[in-house]
Amino acid sequence: MTLDRDAELRALAARRWKVALLLTAVMVVLYFGFIALIAFQKPLLGRLIVPGLSLGILLGALVIVCTWLLTWFYVRWANTRYDAALHRLKE
Amino acid sequence: MTLLAQVSTSIGEPNRVAIAFFCLFIAVTLGITYWAARRTRTTEQFYAAGRTIRPGQNGLALAGDYMSAASFLGIAGLVSTTGFDGLIYSTGWLVGWPVVLFLIAEPLRNLGKYTFADVVAARLSQAPVRLASTLGTLATVSFYLIAQMVGAGGLIKLMFGLSYETAIVIVGLAMIAYVLFGGMIATTWVQIVKAVLLLTGAAILTILVLSRFGMNPIALFRAAAERYGDAVLAPGRLVAKPLDAISLGMALMFGTAGLPHILMRFYTVPDAKAARKSVFYATGLIGAFYLMTFVLGFGAMVLVGPDAIRHVEPGGNMAAPLLAEFLGGRAFLGFIAAVAFATILAVVAGLTLSGAAALSHDLWVHVIRRGHVEAREQLRVARIATVALGVVAIMLGVTFKGQNVAFMVGLAFAIAASANFPALLLAIFWRGYTTAGAVASMVLGTVSTLVLIWLSPTVQIDVLKHATAWFPLKNPALVTIPLSFAVGIIVSLLTARRQEADAFTGVERRMQLGALEHEG
Repeated sequence: MTLDRDAELRALAARRWKVALLLTAVMVVLYFGFIALIAFQKPLLGRLIVPGLSLGILLGALVIVCTWLLTWFYVRWANTRYDAALHRLKE
Repeated sequence: MTLLAQVSTSIGEPNRVAIAFFCLFIAVTLGITYWAARRTRTTEQFYAAGRTIRPGQNGLALAGDYMSAASFLGIAGLVSTTGFDGLIYSTGWLVGWPVVLFLIAEPLRNLGKYTFADVVAARLSQAPVRLASTLGTLATVSFYLIAQMVGAGGLIKLMFGLSYETAIVIVGLAMIAYVLFGGMIATTWVQIVKAVLLLTGAAILTILVLSRFGMNPIALFRAAAERYGDAVLAPGRLVAKPLDAISLGMALMFGTAGLPHILMRFYTVPDAKAARKSVFYATGLIGAFYLMTFVLGFGAMVLVGPDAIRHVEPGGNMAAPLLAEFLGGRAFLGFIAAVAFATILAVVAGLTLSGAAALSHDLWVHVIRRGHVEAREQLRVARIATVALGVVAIMLGVTFKGQNVAFMVGLAFAIAASANFPALLLAIFWRGYTTAGAVASMVLGTVSTLVLIWLSPTVQIDVLKHATAWFPLKNPALVTIPLSFAVGIIVSLLTARRQEADAFTGVERRMQLGALEHEG
């Protein structure tokens, strides 16, 4: 019984790390992708989508919005799925 | 285009509204400190506010600890004089927060007590690990403090007409009072008041700017492009060398997850779930703040003009205050100036508390007294450390008067990213991590960052005015972060110890379920 609980706790921890590492990787790719474009593709980022809005400004704002979305997604997942499973195992 | 070049400004003259607002802020925060002092009797209350801070409150306090006057004035200034390039900092200063949330916040809250070294040392030899972590913490805190103190002195001189030294002493004394008497409870509420003031000030200013452009930021950017060319909407000279941009990005992204005063905040909430929620709120607030500074920068570019901004202060740092004066007159300028001052005061208080915690909890209790210390003695040592750090901060502020210290914030982030972050991550993730590996990685991370920044163009060319620099990168994080990880891993493999690896199972369990809270 306790062995089962142990294994389940370990599997749950592994699942959290998987989600956390995946989301971290997405953030790293998004941000350093943006930086790489700034470093290597300056003319592309300077291209205007509409007068007043360049692709660079749009992408920069999107990086900020994606940061919000990723944290929101993780907190929602952890508050519902992860905490519920952990609570069950704690009992 | 040069129409506004000789803009009339009252910046540099004493501003009654600024002084009144600032005195009000000091009065309110000292009142909070008095209230908090009566609730600060134990070490847990002094370091961790009794772990009773709610997630929303901690989210605001995290934002308060993080949003420095340097980023408010600096980003707005950079955008107002160069346009798009400021966005590189706006995003860089935000993207570390998801990393804190995903990897660090919950294990830290569950495993540690007061400092991040609690987590690194959890299953390793206490004394050597905590000695090394104190080095990393003090290095990070000192450089951050110097940058803030020197910035405070200059800012106050410019805005209130006070002498530089007077300003430094006022900041130092107020900060000592908050931390010494009110500990983490007072520091947390000072951060909350400051965060609300700064966000409100920035929001009012943003709305005033946008109201002149039909509440449409794109119309504002278009006006800037019409006046100064489409180049202001495209990446410019800030990122001349790609590797510089990547290295700075790494320092900002991973440094956030190694800042001692930020990490300490996770101990003030009741549990891991609250820690998680507080990062979510903080990320929202900080992201909104940096979006607003970007708009403010363009507002200053169009309404005040880059020439006028550089005329008042060559670095561009007065863009936001000038914009406030243009839109809301002298009274609004006074309000924004007082907010900027309050901002610096709150940040240095948080830094001092985290430095004092490292000195008392890590160095005194675990290294010098080997863990055998009464709670009362620990509290006394923490208070002595607070006063000592406060005095050192005042002396550093005076010593570095007039020096170019802007690079020190980047340096503090680089040390945090290269010394504290790798140690934390390896301690959380890797069974094979050993005492020797942790010590080697933290010491080398700190020392290599210091040496390489000394050899970099940032110090050799910008500060010392030499023609060349031995090390090519402006920020060394691209080299020092991988170096610190590599040394931590190699030394651990060479010194593998069965006992430390076996203890990881218990640590894993505590990271997941949390430990029972003890007093002391």
